[in-house]
Amino acid sequence: MIEEQILETGKDTREMVINMGPQHPSTHGVLRLELTLDGEMVKQCRPNIGYLHRCFEKYAESVEDYAKVIPYTDRMDYVSAMNQEHGYVIALEKLLEVEVPERVEYMRVIVAELQRIASHLLGIGTFGLDLGAFTPFLYCFTEREKILSIFEKATGARLLYNYMAVGGLMREIPEDFKSDTADFVKTFRPKIKELNDLLSYNKIFIDRTAHIGVLPKDVALNYAASGPVLRGSGVEWDLRKDDPYSIYNRFDFEIPVGKGEVGTLGDCWDRYIVRVREMEQSLRIIEQALDGMPDEGDVKEGIPKRIRPKEGEIYMRTETPRGELGYYIISDKGASPYRVKARAPSFVHLSMLPAISKGALIADMVAIVGSIDIVLGEVDR
Amino acid sequence: MFETIGNILAPLTAILIHAAIPLTIILVYALVAIWGERKIAGFIQDRLGPMRVGGFHGWAQSIADLLKLIQKEDIVPTDASRFLFKFAPFMMFAASYAAFAVIPFSPEYIGSNINVGVFYLLAITSILTLSVIMAGWASNNKWSLLGGMRSAAQMVSYEVPTIATVLTVIVVAGSLNLMTVTEMQNGNDILGFLPNWFIFQNPFLIVAFIIFFISILAESHRVPFDLPESESELVGGYQTEYSGIRWAMFMLAEYADMLLLSLLGATLFFGGWNSPFGEFMAGPFWGFFWFMLKGLLLVFVMMWIRWTLPRYRVDQLMHICWSILIPLSFVNLILVALWEMIF
Amino acid sequence: MKEQEEIFDLLKEQLGEDSVEFMKGEVGQPWFQFPAIRIKEIAKFLRDAAELRFNTLMCLSGVHYEKEEELGVTYHVHSTTLGHSMAFKVRVPIEQPNVPSVESVWKTADWHEREAMDMVGVMFDDHPNLKRILTPEDWEGYPLRKDYEPQEFYQGMPTTA
Repeated sequence: MIEEQILETGKDTREMVINMGPQHPSTHGVLRLELTLDGEMVKQCRPNIGYLHRCFEKYAESVEDYAKVIPYTDRMDYVSAMNQEHGYVIALEKLLEVEVPERVEYMRVIVAELQRIASHLLGIGTFGLDLGAFTPFLYCFTEREKILSIFEKATGARLLYNYMAVGGLMREIPEDFKSDTADFVKTFRPKIKELNDLLSYNKIFIDRTAHIGVLPKDVALNYAASGPVLRGSGVEWDLRKDDPYSIYNRFDFEIPVGKGEVGTLGDCWDRYIVRVREMEQSLRIIEQALDGMPDEGDVKEGIPKRIRPKEGEIYMRTETPRGELGYYIISDKGASPYRVKARAPSFVHLSMLPAISKGALIADMVAIVGSIDIVLGEVDR
Repeated sequence: MFETIGNILAPLTAILIHAAIPLTIILVYALVAIWGERKIAGFIQDRLGPMRVGGFHGWAQSIADLLKLIQKEDIVPTDASRFLFKFAPFMMFAASYAAFAVIPFSPEYIGSNINVGVFYLLAITSILTLSVIMAGWASNNKWSLLGGMRSAAQMVSYEVPTIATVLTVIVVAGSLNLMTVTEMQNGNDILGFLPNWFIFQNPFLIVAFIIFFISILAESHRVPFDLPESESELVGGYQTEYSGIRWAMFMLAEYADMLLLSLLGATLFFGGWNSPFGEFMAGPFWGFFWFMLKGLLLVFVMMWIRWTLPRYRVDQLMHICWSILIPLSFVNLILVALWEMIF
Repeated sequence: MKEQEEIFDLLKEQLGEDSVEFMKGEVGQPWFQFPAIRIKEIAKFLRDAAELRFNTLMCLSGVHYEKEEELGVTYHVHSTTLGHSMAFKVRVPIEQPNVPSVESVWKTADWHEREAMDMVGVMFDDHPNLKRILTPEDWEGYPLRKDYEPQEFYQGMPTTA
């Protein structure tokens, strides 16, 4: 099991260049980090990506229908597929200037927030696993299974759904969806507390993550960080509140922000605890949405027969569990888009890695990469 | 002539029996412990663990794993030092195994009743450190070497608190012979009903036991101190280049080491083969039962800790040893000695 | 928070009438167009001007305009303090696709510009590390161009089955 290969520089060997990856011990994907080490300390870190490049943007230009791009958007960040679809369909709806029925909007918000919880559970579980805590990983996955079962009933798939369509949804909402989700919300709240007891405030975990990978606020903004990474550095910025889309302005929820409680502001622990607290807020949104969702309404009636936007372009950004996902779509009146660019949050966050890992030890590199919570599908598209 | 043969055969048979008994205990224990660890891990993680192999809760899982490992291809890296590479796992197991000679399993049985039992045990277990370095260096892999050196540094550092805490018990007992130490814990005189175990005899020995337990977690590379061989992080440690039965040997040595140190802890602090109920349920075979029960209970706690806590970074690990445990254990030694003098 | 027209007036004032164009399609969002040579100075102005304060570069994309035989780079910037956003483009001819890099203004442009170079072939001047990012370093061609034909062999291996 050789996870690193050593590349001899052929020069003075006080510093050693090693490769961490492309097969990474944690579940982030195929990422190659070239580390220049001086003993145990990392002097320089150069991420090398492109191992999972699947030509999403070229496909989007060559399929004969805007709607056929939606399954590909699922597959970019395969862990939070609903949020990827959400951004794309909203962008198209703005270009086509179509109205979306109320029931569809509420349903979209509910699945997007459920997906946010599922994605955070995976991010938190694998972060603990990287640091040697084997058990919280399995507890998180038990909860994630419940969410995936709800999705399976609603959409037919567990991980990659192809559920949202322009102006509507692809399938009718099952009858017990509301009660299933309400049950889940009820059982999940105490689990967050259990997770906090087991992992978040554990002294060893704090020793491994506090004061590590500190991201100062102005560096974060200059690097266009977003999502929990930006909020962990103390900036109160959430697209659902600051640039609202869909019906998020109807819900009452808070934005958890890192405060440097157990370490420096903007360290790995702050980013981690922002994710834990975000799950709680997502539960609030889901409860309010379940209350407000109309019970009558056809989800498929708003879907246009042909999607042919007029000439123009749009940049639409939404808040995914990893940060700001932006779709830049240029339309030239054709059947397929002229250019689709997906601005992935993990791509931007990974470019920050050399800046925040100065002076880290090798063991800290794993903690930092885990706390940024990247998914390589998104980085490479 | 038959007398000479008899003179040679009789002690030889005795030696072989004395060698076979701990070996059997270790091997049976290893099979049970590996299955047990997977079951315990499963139950802590809210799942079932092995269920299929052999029927009832997968009890034959370890046997199946062993058979699989035996028939794997024997890979020795091209530029590795062949002899040292092959020798290291066996040396590690031999060191753990040899130390079992002085463990008193029962009032009627101890492998070798020497007067310097504890000294011999601690000396032999230092060979484990040597075999770790040997494995790391002989693999011809820079990462194995670094992992091996880190691991060796950890083991050497944590030997100091181990020895200091063992010393506290010896100060109370007055003898290095483990059989004598156990016999001194006979009876139920403390507070009228508590057994005479050392941990109840002297309050500072409770502190000593806690330090001892932390140190043996580090000695046997268990979480939270297993960064040098962490499975989900960076290097595979000194075991990287080992596969098949050689790797199984390392695992066996690690489990044997766990049992050895747990049994040592049970002997020193918890009365060894003495029954907690005084004369009731005492005797040669009951003694063996109580002894193994106490040892296995400590092994269970070690496994429990493994699946609950995350792991420490190497420098934090060293900091704990040198800045916290060592001063504490020496101060404790002095306090124990004072208590013994006064009471 | 400024509207697009107010930003247009401000920019005209600062940079001169002939350097700024304001365009929009039939649907969607409008954009500004700047000459490529001045983009670095313009970027600095956008980031530092007190009424604009565009401190984040949300997205930087390369586009191939086949009909006009030009390459374009689209920038989307946003101000977290003042709350407004804008989009602007530069266009360069395909024979000489040089655009100054804005990496010194917004550090996030580093990887975005590498991707634009890799996919479309825009060459960014003064970029600290302009290498391919998504394709291997010795790949030939620019995949997102409309007339792109994939190479047949890569390091001796056929690229098609």
